[in-house]
Formats: sequence, C-alpha cells, structure tokens
Amino acid sequence: MSTGWPLWEVFVRARRGVNHVHFGSVHAADGETALQAARDLFTRRQEGVSMWVVKSTDVVASDPDDEGELFDPAEGKDYRFPTDYELPAEVDHM
Amino acid sequence: MAMTNAALLTHVLRHGDRALVLAQRLGEWVAHSPELEEDMALANISLDLIGQARLLYTYAGELEGEGHDEDHFAYWRGPTEFRNPLIVEQPNGDFARTIARQFLHDAYALAHWEAMRSSSDTTLAALATRAAKETAFHLRHSRGWLVRLGDGTDESHRRMQVGLDALWPFAGELAALDDEASLRESGVLTDSGVRAAFEATVSVAVVEANLVAPVPVPAATSGGGWDGNHSGHLTGLLEELQVLARAHPGASW
Amino acid sequence: MIRNEDQFDAVIEADQRIESDDWMPEEYRKTLVRQIAQHAHSEIIGMQPEGAWITRAPSLRRKAILTAKVQDEAGHGLYLYGAAETLGVDRGDLLDLLHTKKQKYSSIFNYPTPTWADVGAIGWLVDGAAIMNQVPLCRCSYGPYGRAMVRICKEESFHQRQGFQIMLTLAQGTDAQHQMAQEALNRWWWPSIMMFGPPDTESVHNARNMAWGIKRYTNDELRQNFVDASVPQAEVLGLTVPDSDLVWNEERGHYDFGEPDWEEFARMVRGEGEMPAERIRTRLDAHNGGAWVREAAEAYAAKHEEIAA
Repeated sequence: MSTGWPLWEVFVRARRGVNHVHFGSVHAADGETALQAARDLFTRRQEGVSMWVVKSTDVVASDPDDEGELFDPAEGKDYRFPTDYELPAEVDHM
Repeated sequence: MAMTNAALLTHVLRHGDRALVLAQRLGEWVAHSPELEEDMALANISLDLIGQARLLYTYAGELEGEGHDEDHFAYWRGPTEFRNPLIVEQPNGDFARTIARQFLHDAYALAHWEAMRSSSDTTLAALATRAAKETAFHLRHSRGWLVRLGDGTDESHRRMQVGLDALWPFAGELAALDDEASLRESGVLTDSGVRAAFEATVSVAVVEANLVAPVPVPAATSGGGWDGNHSGHLTGLLEELQVLARAHPGASW
Repeated sequence: MIRNEDQFDAVIEADQRIESDDWMPEEYRKTLVRQIAQHAHSEIIGMQPEGAWITRAPSLRRKAILTAKVQDEAGHGLYLYGAAETLGVDRGDLLDLLHTKKQKYSSIFNYPTPTWADVGAIGWLVDGAAIMNQVPLCRCSYGPYGRAMVRICKEESFHQRQGFQIMLTLAQGTDAQHQMAQEALNRWWWPSIMMFGPPDTESVHNARNMAWGIKRYTNDELRQNFVDASVPQAEVLGLTVPDSDLVWNEERGHYDFGEPDWEEFARMVRGEGEMPAERIRTRLDAHNGGAWVREAAEAYAAKHEEIAA
C-alpha cells in the first residue's frame, strides 16, 4: 500500500552563478506542495536560492546498458583538448 | 510619553503572546502529523513563531524597563496576563481544525506584518520585514491546505467546513482592536488596510476551497483574548508550557 | 559500467561507489534496503521521546533548539527513505513494515524520557553514539546512502552539542538540576553503550557487510571509541559514569569498562514492555489518522492536473 503521493526529484541552486544540483527527493501530491516540502527539507540552512522539482517519472535517464555506445566513444579524441597541440614556445600561451 | 509606552508595551505583548501560544499548539503536532513532510512544515512554522515571540518579548523587556528577559514573559505570567487573541489558544482538534485556525491567523498576521513594515517604531518595522516573509510562507501552506481539504474528498470537505465553522467566531477578534489610537497617532501602527486585506484573503480562499463562510466576513468582536479574557484552554496550555521552569525558580537552562 | 558480479566486486575492491542503476547482488540490495529503512524508522520513532518535551522546554531558546532538532530527525528520516527508494522500494511499503513490526528501529528509543535531563542525555550520548556509527557510513559503498549520511552527519553534530550543553547547564546548576543530570546519565549510559549492537563474537553479518563496504568498523571498535570519547566528557560535566569497572588501561591506551546487560538488550530488541507498544501506537495513530488528509491531497491533484507553483 503506497502513500499515493508520487516521488519528486529536487534540484537546488546554491547561489547565483552555479548550476541547480540534484539534492534528493520528496513525496507530494502536486508540484506546489512538492516545492514547499523541498524548501523545508533541503534549505533550512540557507542551502539554496532557487529550486526545481520534477516528477521522478518525468525524468528520462540514460540506460546503463547503453553506457558503452553513449559514453565510451568520447575516449580517444584527444584533438578536442588544447594539450594535443604542440606550438612554438613564443606562441604557446594560446 | 509614558502612556505611549504602556500602549506600545501592551501591543508588543499581544503579538508576542499570539506568536508563542500558536507556536505551542503547533509543537503538539510534532510526530503526530498526517505525513512526515507535514511534521517538517508545522515545525518550521512553530520555529518562526517562537523566533518572533522571542524578539517581541525581548523588546517588551526593554520597554518595560524592569530587567525582564524573554523567558520572564513566557514562563512567569499567568493566563490573566496573557494578551493573545482567543483563536490561537483553541485546541488543535483534527488537521482540518488546525488548518482553519492557522489559515485565519496567517491571513491576518500577513496583513498585520505588511502594514508594520512602515511603522515609525524601527524595532517593529525591522521585525516586520522578516516576519512578513515568514508569514507569507505560512499562509501559502495553510491556504494551500484549506483549498486541498475543501476541494479534496467528501470527507475532507466535511471536516474542513466543520473546522472553519468552529474557528470562524474567533476570527473577528483578530483585526478588530479599537484601543490603539495613540499608537496610530504616533505612526507605530499604520494598519488602516489590515482588516480589508484580511477579509479579502479569507473570502477569496474560502470560495476557491469550495467552502461556505458561516457569515460573509468574521464579525468584529472585542473584550476577548487581546484584553486578557481567556478560555480554560489557555490555562491548560500555559500550565504545560511553564511547568518545568516554574518547578525550579531562579534556575538557568 | 557494472553489469555483472565481477564488475561489482572490482568497484567495491577499488573502494568506489555503487549507484542506483548498477547491477548489484540481490543480497547486497536487500541488506541495504533493510539497513537504510531501519535507520530511517529509527529517526522518525526517535522524534517521539524528545518531541514530548517540546511543549515543556524550560526556556524559549531550548524550545526552539529542541523543535529544530526534532525537525531535523524527521528530515533525516526523509533523506533515508529517499535513499532506500533508489533501490526500488516505496516509502509507504517501508512504513507498513515498520507498523507491522517486520522491520525494526533502534531499541534505544524504547526507553522513556521522564525528565528534561533525559533530553540532554539523549543529545550527548545517543546522538554521540549515532555520530560514531554514522561517520563511517558517509563512505558506504552505496552512493545514495553515503551521500544522505554526509548530509545527516553535518546536521547531527549540533544535536550532540546542544545535548551536552543542556547537561553542562544542569550539572553546574542547582542541586536539583545536578541530580537530574546525574540520574539521566545513570539511565542512558548503558543503553547508549549497547547501541553499537552485540559483541563482535556474536554479530552475524559483520564480515560480509564489511567486505561490501556497508559497514566500516566492528561493533566493539565503535563501542570502545565511544567510551574513550565520552568518559572525559563526563569528567568535564562533573558527573559520574555508572560503571564501577571503568578504568583507564595504560597498556592498551583505552578505557576498560564493564559488561553490558545483554539480557536487557535482547529484551529491548524484542520490543517487550509498554514503551515499544506506545511508540508504534503513536506512529500508527498519526499514519492512520492522517490517511484522509493524504487522500484529500491526491484527490485535489487529480482534479487539477496542472498546478502552477
């Protein structure tokens, strides 16, 4: 028997200039009360200035089985990094 | 000058007592709420109110000039000395009754604190800025529940209507103080819009919640808790609040 | 990428983290669900013994502090239920297991709190013991649990400090207050010692849980650390630890201490007596009594699909 209140993932921006970061989850019947619950649970010690709540079922996650095709191919493309380029000393500050 | 101070002291104690008595009622809900998120929410409101009470009582001590601190006002006055409005000493009842009490209180308190931001009393104006923000969140919570219970299930609707009917008679006292003329003259109180704002907040929310107001607006009443005339509820509440402190006079905690 | 036992073992071996979408042995998952859930249950049941004193707190500052502490405990329960839910369970189901006594909570909360000093003793000793248990858990192999523990540990240290401060004020106060503090210490010392669980010789799951990075230190190691830390604290308080066998052992560099009453521990774990029944009854009254409220919120949400914040 579940509580019936769906699960919401909570994202908080700590301060101006940084990203929203995943903090955890709350149960609530709707978005407004999820925000209030998240505010009481996660920002009692001034941890944030902005909050998002997203129904957990709305989160589209990468499938761990797809890790290989999604993330491994990024390996071995060193030409994406500045360190892959040897230049004369006089201009190496580029 | 002395007259203004006495009136100001009474005013400050009225609001300190209002905050403390309501905080005490909310403290009774901890570990008994309908959901853990509500334990968090009610504890948050209680903490904000305790904070307001402490600042107001400390200020009262300064105004009184007898060296009394915040705990003196909280623990060493009896029911006839408390000046909270009757609504806050009403028992919790079920969650709907608690929400009815909280919503009516918050609708008034927000209007009060918003008006106090331009008070000529700098201490109260500074407190009002912070208290208005706290109270706005409390109202968001209590109004949210009024609407969700009123427009939820048949059972929640029934309970919410019963709760509203039970607390409505006490709402009239909130915005009906008529003995603060000197405070208005000195600009401490700038609350000409408080009653209207309070009534508007209440009537809009009641409609949205699919509820029926017992009468269109709460009838103004006086001679109640603001003046020290309390029900037996306050006696029991203060007995519990003060029992330990009074058992050890002069002790520090 | 962890899709099989070899990869799982390699990550554990490298002291790295397992996350919610990794393959994991079913026993690992079940052990974690049970451990995290019982930890969460302990937090919310733990709200009761101290929550009872909020309305009688003897100063406004103490009232605020205690309310904030108990609020934190509800919060800790929520973080932990959240961590458990990443393992594919639902909070409502976990609560059902608590309510039907199929899952436990720490038996320390089966003791009553007859005086204000008990609030101080709980903060100082029970939270002190909990911190000792919890700090290593911040490095638990399961990511969501470890991260919840980091958050909890940050909040918990104020819990212990406020408890110690209550005890210090009492111990240095009137004779009646000093006696209140000493009697509370007498009541809470042994139960706190036993919070670390049975002796290593009798603890069934230690080895496996340690191999899996779920447990980092043994019961006896933690217990010894706790005694070593708490005895000097009692001395600062000017109170007497109720253990006549307590003595500093120069050779070991630790305190020797007496044998706990493991019979009593077993009784408490079995949940015998009136207090465990009361703890669950209070929980059930809140949960069942609040069902109509929760249902109302669901009904409202269903009627108004798009609620703007």
